[in-house]
Amino acid sequence: MRPETSERLPGLSLGLVAGACLVLLTLIGIVEAFSQREIVSGVLSMGEGLLLFTGLFIAYLAADRGLRSAGAGRALAAGIVCGVAAAALLGGLVLLSRAVNLRQVLINASPAVFQMLLFQQEELLPGLALLGATGLLAGAAAAGLRLLPPVPRKAVTAGLVLVAGLGMLQDTVYPVLSSWGPLGDIADWVFEGLGLSRGGALLLFLAAAAASAAWAVKGQALRGGIEKLSPAGRRGLRFAGLALLAFVLAILPQALGLFLSEVLTIVGLYVLLGLGLNIVVGFAGLLDLGYVAFFAIGSYTVAILTSPELGFFSLGFWQALPFAVLFGVIAGVLLGIPVLKMRGDYLAIATLGFGEIIRILVLSDSLRPWLGGAQGIGKIPKAEIGAFEFAGPQEIYYLILAGCFLVGFISWRLRDSRIGRAWMAVREDEDVAQAMGINLVAAKLLAFATGAGFSALSGAIFASKIGSVYPHSFNVMISINILCVIIVGGIGSMPGVIVGAFALVGLPELLREFAEYRLLVYGAALVAMMLLRPEGLWPEATRRRELHEGEIEPQAEPPAAAAAGRP
Amino acid sequence: MARLTRRKLTPTDIVMWTIGAILIALILWGSIATLARGAYSLDHWIDFTIFGLAQGSIYALIAMGYTMVYGVLRMINFAHSEVFMSGPYTAYYVAAYFYRSGLLEAHPVLSMTMVFLVSMAVSTLIAYLLEMIAYRPLRSAPRLVPLITAIGASFFLQYVFRGLYGSGFQAYPVIRALEGPMYIGPVRILKFQLLVIFAAALLMIALYQFTQRTRLGRALRSVSEDKEAAALMGVDVDRMISMTFMIGGAAAGAAGVLYAIMFKQVHFFMGFIPGLKAFTAAVLGGIGNIPGAMLGGIFLGLVESIGPSLFLDGLGITAPYQLKDAIAFTMLVLVLIFRPTGILGERLAVKKA
Repeated sequence: MRPETSERLPGLSLGLVAGACLVLLTLIGIVEAFSQREIVSGVLSMGEGLLLFTGLFIAYLAADRGLRSAGAGRALAAGIVCGVAAAALLGGLVLLSRAVNLRQVLINASPAVFQMLLFQQEELLPGLALLGATGLLAGAAAAGLRLLPPVPRKAVTAGLVLVAGLGMLQDTVYPVLSSWGPLGDIADWVFEGLGLSRGGALLLFLAAAAASAAWAVKGQALRGGIEKLSPAGRRGLRFAGLALLAFVLAILPQALGLFLSEVLTIVGLYVLLGLGLNIVVGFAGLLDLGYVAFFAIGSYTVAILTSPELGFFSLGFWQALPFAVLFGVIAGVLLGIPVLKMRGDYLAIATLGFGEIIRILVLSDSLRPWLGGAQGIGKIPKAEIGAFEFAGPQEIYYLILAGCFLVGFISWRLRDSRIGRAWMAVREDEDVAQAMGINLVAAKLLAFATGAGFSALSGAIFASKIGSVYPHSFNVMISINILCVIIVGGIGSMPGVIVGAFALVGLPELLREFAEYRLLVYGAALVAMMLLRPEGLWPEATRRRELHEGEIEPQAEPPAAAAAGRP
Repeated sequence: MARLTRRKLTPTDIVMWTIGAILIALILWGSIATLARGAYSLDHWIDFTIFGLAQGSIYALIAMGYTMVYGVLRMINFAHSEVFMSGPYTAYYVAAYFYRSGLLEAHPVLSMTMVFLVSMAVSTLIAYLLEMIAYRPLRSAPRLVPLITAIGASFFLQYVFRGLYGSGFQAYPVIRALEGPMYIGPVRILKFQLLVIFAAALLMIALYQFTQRTRLGRALRSVSEDKEAAALMGVDVDRMISMTFMIGGAAAGAAGVLYAIMFKQVHFFMGFIPGLKAFTAAVLGGIGNIPGAMLGGIFLGLVESIGPSLFLDGLGITAPYQLKDAIAFTMLVLVLIFRPTGILGERLAVKKA
């Protein structure tokens, strides 16, 4: 029994939800911050786009409900009602802003943003009418999209996503493309001002839609063709793919320029950290919120061993690196022992406490002679091999890439090993795992130690990249960020870590206005992920099966396995 | 059960008990050294104690929310710290308005009551929405899922309020009637600290009586005892869970205003540390146990305010006060390790966690 079926106006409740979302987006300032950036020059700014796409999405959901309960006419009605209701709430906000000075309390309720909501109309009435009409059209469009057959629907969505994405990233994509010779001429035409040109947007939309449609029609055949190849042929294809990937990875920093290389190094560091945390949280199921402590230990070990500022030691980066990893592993075991008996929530809180304790200790004046206190430690030397110095982001990139490969390889091999299977058994059910003869203490400590070692490794690279360490770089937010990365990517999934890092770390770096709202989006992403797609963007195979037990097609799983599903 | 599961000492037990013994020895040594040196007079110690009591009663009020929610859902409502922040941050604008219009000077009691009510209303609303949107759909999900949702909701709320009200510190208006010291016999006590202790105590007594004496309170307790049985007895479990969140939210909203009276400022990030401390308090008292949370909060407040001077100073640590948060977190970790059932220990928390 859905409440919508008995509702007189279909889609009204979702419309009010949509309106509340849009009002909130407006009031927290995200719309205005994004309105500097254009998606399609002169037509749609990113702020407007944000409102529009949010509204479209919820109206789509409303139409979906309408369609399920009563058919196409109802779906259209629901979409339109939803759109109009959302627009009405926004209109109400504008009216309120005329009556009361909202800005005394809500600092982001600026006149500019309300003017934007009125489509820059001087008069109130035509502006409100435009707003209402936009709501109506958007609702109808969303319902129309829902009523399309799957193939064109996917094509339209793909087109919209590509246009929105490239429009947003204009200032990073355009400079790179324009330096690539012939591509530059096309880029000159596609991009205009701070966004896409109208023609360019249309072209991109059509191209993406066509590609999506073509894949839907021919994709199956293509995949079948690959499967029909001889084993040697398939191996050859795979080898060619890997070679291409290696080549692309090798030339990436030169091709992308300094700024994007810097972004890549940051993403790479998060991939490193994420792969480490993935072992602890993803494989062994131990929710560790103090993970940043090991990152800090790695950084500080390198700093203390190499920096001439403190003057205890003056090793090079490569001599200090093993110590950093070693201390990380030791710290992992030491912090692991006390929390061995804890589970779930308690473990999370205890590790969070550990992370904070480490940070407070480092920050305190009492340990200043050894750890530098709030001023941190500077003058950390760069890593070098022979005459090649890993100085700027374009060089550090290779160091991080090598680290990612090493860590990725190790955790890939560990996952399929005996200990990896033990971790997963512990994750599923500790008591049963113990009954099956798994040494819980060893399995958990190994997970903590491995994760901590990887974290310390990335900390060491981080220290040499930045050249100095401060306690403020190691707050609890880093732990949360890494957790978000692996959860959004898909807990336990290694490609998921990479996807998650690019989505959650790379994207915000590119959208500078975004920085202020980064954690807001992280938080929303975590909640939305857990509510809508708990397996993540690129899930691990077993996890996907588990979380969608009921929805899986019967032939995918033998009946015995289905019957033995989790309690 | 406890007798059956007794086993031989494992190496990890030995390591842990050694750590514990070393810590106790350090605390004793530090305390004796400080007392022997006599760096602080009796007045200092009284000041520390009163500050600790005031701080602790705020922790205790926040801890109510953690402990009650844990009681019914067996989950840590990580976003409770933001429920705590949302109330006083919103009520700040009411207080500032009263201050500008002079009402705060003319009728301090009336206007502060208004501020309290606004703060409690906002916190209650946020707690209610949080439960409705973020937790209710996930009630049957694996344990890690609601915890991650809670962490996400916590950050989301923090940054929503940052977006709404800005990222700066807002100075709460000073109420002149609450400034300055007063004397109870020979003991000097700051007026606002007295108010904080008094108000928190009143609220806690009211809350405790509510859960023990009223019909609704009985229903709440029955849900935390056994959801299925409660449902069979005609208790609306969903409504009771909502109610639990709302009561916890109201307590947090009140605690928030007291916090603002004590520290004179509000900020979007103000919830994080008190929230973690209050959680510590809830664990100290035995999570799920309401009187335990009160005791735990006050105990934590006292340790935090007396501890740095008492045992860290004696160990020759410079600027010991910087480490007061570390003391609280160390206590949290130690309690989780050595006595996860807390001081009053009503439930066997480890098994259920």
